[in-house]
Amino acid sequence: MIAVGLDIGSLAAKGILLDGERQFRVIIPTGWSPRKAGEQLLDSLREQAGGAEDIRIVVTGYGRVSYQGADQAVTEISCHARGVVALLPKTDTIVDIGGQDSKVIRLNDAGKVIDFVMNDKCAAGTGRFLEVTANALGIDVDDLAASEDVSQEAAISSMCTVFAESEIIGLLASGVAKGSIIAGLHRSVGKRVAAMVRRLGVGEYIAFTGGVALNRGICRALSEELGRPVQVTDFCQFTGALGAALLAKDLG
Amino acid sequence: MSKELVKKFMEIRVENVIRLKEMKEKGGKIVGYYCTFFPQELALAAGAVPVGLCGTKEEPIAAAEETLPRNLCALIKSSYGFAVTDKCPFFNFSDLIVGETTCDGKKKMFEFMGEFKPVHVMQLPYMKESKAALDLWVEELRRLRSRLESELDVTISDEAIWQAIDVINRESVAAKALCDLNQQEPPALSGMDLLTVIWSRGFNIDKEEIIEMLNELRENLGSGGDVAAGQPRVLITGCPIGLGSEKVVQLVEDVGGTVVALENCTGYKILPLQTDTSFDDPVVALAHKYLQIPCSCMTPNTGRIKLLTSMAADFKADVIIDLTWQACHTYNMESREIAKLAKRIGLPFLQLETDYSASDMENLKVRIEAILEMVEK
Repeated sequence: MIAVGLDIGSLAAKGILLDGERQFRVIIPTGWSPRKAGEQLLDSLREQAGGAEDIRIVVTGYGRVSYQGADQAVTEISCHARGVVALLPKTDTIVDIGGQDSKVIRLNDAGKVIDFVMNDKCAAGTGRFLEVTANALGIDVDDLAASEDVSQEAAISSMCTVFAESEIIGLLASGVAKGSIIAGLHRSVGKRVAAMVRRLGVGEYIAFTGGVALNRGICRALSEELGRPVQVTDFCQFTGALGAALLAKDLG
Repeated sequence: MSKELVKKFMEIRVENVIRLKEMKEKGGKIVGYYCTFFPQELALAAGAVPVGLCGTKEEPIAAAEETLPRNLCALIKSSYGFAVTDKCPFFNFSDLIVGETTCDGKKKMFEFMGEFKPVHVMQLPYMKESKAALDLWVEELRRLRSRLESELDVTISDEAIWQAIDVINRESVAAKALCDLNQQEPPALSGMDLLTVIWSRGFNIDKEEIIEMLNELRENLGSGGDVAAGQPRVLITGCPIGLGSEKVVQLVEDVGGTVVALENCTGYKILPLQTDTSFDDPVVALAHKYLQIPCSCMTPNTGRIKLLTSMAADFKADVIIDLTWQACHTYNMESREIAKLAKRIGLPFLQLETDYSASDMENLKVRIEAILEMVEK
């Protein structure tokens, strides 16, 4: 039996295919059709694996509703929990920041979800927030971490995506260096997410997943704000897809 | 059969617009209200029809925002929007609107409303345990009685109040008995049907008739309804919900849960309360009853925790969802207490802060699905 997990997020769609010891991964932009993105993921996973019969599929992410080809749709919350427990079994707290939302999940000793919080209808501190602010700075979102200057962190007070953009433009106009502004941005995201973690209580072992975990500046700020190390999972963008694939495997 | 009976409740709003119009043409009097703190008994005793007013739909909010600040709760904006655009026929028919100072937003909104409609505002005390609070509330009920008398040109006798107390007591018993059918597994009514029945009944002009309808539905459901067994049982609490603002109830049932009870003031909150008929003065008796409503505007509001504790057990809840309309500070803050309660009794808990709009449906859906996934059935 081959297990496939599809995580169709707001910005990126991720897929994992598990065939015994073999694992294949695909990531593509979701685009305007989450259903098509799901189909594309499955096609390219099949191609990589050299064909695949007897497949079980679990889909997650916001596209789970429109993608019809799966055996089961499960929320990102359960999938991230499952994925993280497989990678970092000791984890009791998960921070996941994706394209349009951020969440914190608490797990018990058995790796079961016991509580979670999610941001409300606001893109503050999410991948979208970083994208918009990077754009205002005229740099690529992937280069943010490498461009920060932590020695002179600028204070960014707005967490609203729209207001932060104008605040950055104001800072640039008053001559503050880009590196300082970026360090300030990372700090402000770290602060906001740390406050979310504290709502549920800070655990011992914190795992950081989702596309934003690729940004080392935010990892550092978050870890400083929480006063303990934050572990980024391998292939952090794929954690939800991995969880979905493992749940598909359970379907037998 | 029970489906048809539920449908009858759904038709109440439309049918009663026509009945009210006819009544009005024959010189009948109508008192409009927004909140469960309004003692319907006094309006009934004045020979008037008390009718709940519209405030649970998104539609008139844009019009309300021409006057009211945007960061006000959806319920206040919707209520005011319906009133100011004259889209709520019940408001239009009302001879007097009765409001109360349950929150800062409402009390100021009623001032605005008073510019185009006769409005009477009752000052609600917030610390019900003190004698001063009870005295104030008794005085406020007396003031309402006088206002009704002068506005409607009638005399309200104690005898008439006692009669009205009897009617409302029986109506509460009938409504509660119906809600309590959902303690069984599977529940007798889906959450959407429950909401439809309990919310719609406030628009009916004939109390005896609504008691009969509630009893008829209950008897019909006695042998069970058509809700599937084995679904996670959700207890909803928090801000008022009506048709038009049912999105959380609907989402729970769309993703495979069932709402077994609504603790909200539009639901169960006031139903267990009976006016004690052993008092000498019916107004004092009413004051005692209404001051017991466990609304978040009270401090402390231990009654809500007590009620939720027993409801969670009685209705065999698997999950508690606390719905907060954005900018409702007291319910928003009290959610912390509900979270503690849920932890104590070992139930998964979710607070949802939202408004009437559909803009966050996907986000809400993820959270509701995830909390249901936490239930092991």
